[in-house]
Amino acid sequence: MANFTPVSAAIGGVLIGLSAVLLMLSTGRIAGISGIFSGLLNLRDEDKGWRIAFIAGLILAPVIAGLVGYGMSPPKLPASWGVIVVAGLLVGFGTRLGGGCTSGHGICGIARLSPRSIAATVVFMATAIITVAISRHVLGG
Amino acid sequence: MAIIVPLLCGLIFGAGLLISGMVQPTKVLGFLDIFGAWDPSLAVVMAAALAVSVPGFRLAGGRERPWLAGQFFLPGKSGIDLPLVAGAALFGVGWGLVGLCPGPALESLATLSPGIIVFVVAMAAGMIAHDIWQQSRLAAQRERLLASAADG
Repeated sequence: MANFTPVSAAIGGVLIGLSAVLLMLSTGRIAGISGIFSGLLNLRDEDKGWRIAFIAGLILAPVIAGLVGYGMSPPKLPASWGVIVVAGLLVGFGTRLGGGCTSGHGICGIARLSPRSIAATVVFMATAIITVAISRHVLGG
Repeated sequence: MAIIVPLLCGLIFGAGLLISGMVQPTKVLGFLDIFGAWDPSLAVVMAAALAVSVPGFRLAGGRERPWLAGQFFLPGKSGIDLPLVAGAALFGVGWGLVGLCPGPALESLATLSPGIIVFVVAMAAGMIAHDIWQQSRLAAQRERLLASAADG
């Protein structure tokens, strides 16, 4: 557990929780990123203003952090473009079919004690852990 | 206000992902790799977020309506069904392959990394593909209903 960073994880977690509560108290919306983003892609959804504002804030956060000297290093991704594309397709299709992702089910749904969100979180954690176990320890990638 | 508050919420959410390190796929994969050098940080992020959101949502639930809107927009479904489980399972596989879920993926667009742009485009395509598939399924269902009504 040499990489364990409990203090920064706790501070970051509190901020994520605060954001979700503030969005619910102000706009009445769930801070589920997959839902916020997919609403932008849906041409019939007319309520796009708050969605664009939230995602703009999300993208601006590392830009502002960079201006004050805490820039974000580009994420380390797998070398294979095929893996990136397949993963993106699965994340997009899966979050739509399952009605949420780590934030919508994992933070907001569990906070509302929704049985659907608790079930979804258990399932996506399990398949993600199995995927990493296979790719790192069976295939040795 | 209707734009400024969600913008602020996005900034706070993004700061949380940034400070906790969860924008980095290596950090997320370190948590998912329970058979390797396990890094429990993601569990601490979730626990800390829930410590705030559980009482916060209870507070919101006691209100008639939110500050800036006429109503709360909450999911209507309650039962655990096949689409929920299948969707979550597929999402988990994609998450485990790269270590990116939608929040960190969108936030990382700020780095203009080509890999991230490709991932986000594929994610959008997956979402659109789901919606088209769902619409054609509903249309086929309607047609069958109409046909059986005509037969009857």
